[in-house]
Amino acid sequence: MSRRASLAVSLLLGLLTLLLLWVFAQALAQQPGPRLAELAATELPRSAVSNPVTAVLLNYRAYDTLLELAVLLAALLGIWSLGAASPGYQPAGPALEVMADWVVPLLILTGGYLLWVGAHAPGGAFQAGALLGAAGVILRLAGHQRAGLPSESSQRLLAVSGTAVFAAVGLATLAFGAGFLTYPPDWAKWLILLIETAATLAIGTTLAAAYVGGQPPENPEGVRSR
Amino acid sequence: MTHLLFVFDLVLLATLLGLAVAALTSPDPRRAVMLFIAFGLWLALVWARLKAPDVALAEAAIGAGLGGALMLAAARRAARRGTDRLKGRKSGADQA
Amino acid sequence: MTAQFLFGGAGLVLFALGIWSFLVHEPLLRKLIALNIMGSGVFHLLIATAERGDLPPDPVPHALVLTGIVVAVSATALALALGRRLEEEDPDG
Repeated sequence: MSRRASLAVSLLLGLLTLLLLWVFAQALAQQPGPRLAELAATELPRSAVSNPVTAVLLNYRAYDTLLELAVLLAALLGIWSLGAASPGYQPAGPALEVMADWVVPLLILTGGYLLWVGAHAPGGAFQAGALLGAAGVILRLAGHQRAGLPSESSQRLLAVSGTAVFAAVGLATLAFGAGFLTYPPDWAKWLILLIETAATLAIGTTLAAAYVGGQPPENPEGVRSR
Repeated sequence: MTHLLFVFDLVLLATLLGLAVAALTSPDPRRAVMLFIAFGLWLALVWARLKAPDVALAEAAIGAGLGGALMLAAARRAARRGTDRLKGRKSGADQA
Repeated sequence: MTAQFLFGGAGLVLFALGIWSFLVHEPLLRKLIALNIMGSGVFHLLIATAERGDLPPDPVPHALVLTGIVVAVSATALALALGRRLEEEDPDG
């Protein structure tokens, strides 16, 4: 880009920022209308979880989360369709290998804890899945070609599991006459936990597989080639 | 007390914007990615201050951690490609 | 009110900085970093408007941002895979 063009871009964006700031100040100065927050707080006892963010994610606006898992799956399909992954890194030296041996189980344990605690404190499927994905990244950096994931066919099952379980629960509630993803109150806690567990596994698999960056290598698990 | 908190907020935001500018203007890809990771972690800190611990956790783990790891791998390739091209140009110049 | 304007305004400034870098800089990686910072600006604005002083914060924007973070990372991963494929096709490009 030429110097004059980038100067013009900077100038226009400066004006845009000022305009946006002015609009934001106007919006703040007005009286706030009714917000969803009050509704979310009053309905919280009926949502079977006491963490309001988890209630929004998996109960009030479960559609959003279902579609978000589908987006994640679509991204993974895109990555896999672009060809094979690069061979991976060299086997780790002794220090990194010992660190991976300690950190990976710890990450998996913390992921399980975050998944369980998400019902009543900060945490939940996304954070737990991210920790599982991080465990995969460490394994890949330490020389595991497949980032600690199972064979390709199992990876496919794992990656689909989040969307599939979510949609199956939605269809089941629909079949029993409660409406798509409207949980019966007695079951809500367990249904949410079931969906969250499947979503955690799917998110962890997808993020680790995205870090591998292509179709999974053929080598059997645990073999550190090169 | 409120004044102290206000100054604290200002420092938080100034550092956040400074990290963003540094990450966006750094020409070296690896340095830019490192600064981006620092920016993401700082953003998580600001969100913890704004009473959003769920989102702060997710940003620290997913946005800064995994996003940073993904970009670092790409930055490594970009840096290697840059040196390869430099070497190629140099050997071409030697031959000429 | 002032604090909310400051935090939200920082989100807007981040958004503008991101667009600027996205338009001005050429390499794919820098464009991706710019795109991510743009997204972070939007998330930051949402989180800032969710904070309501003494009242508990609004959980709905929090859930939206949580979803957004995961989508942003998966989009980044896909873009990086596309970029790697482009490099393989055209090593000089």
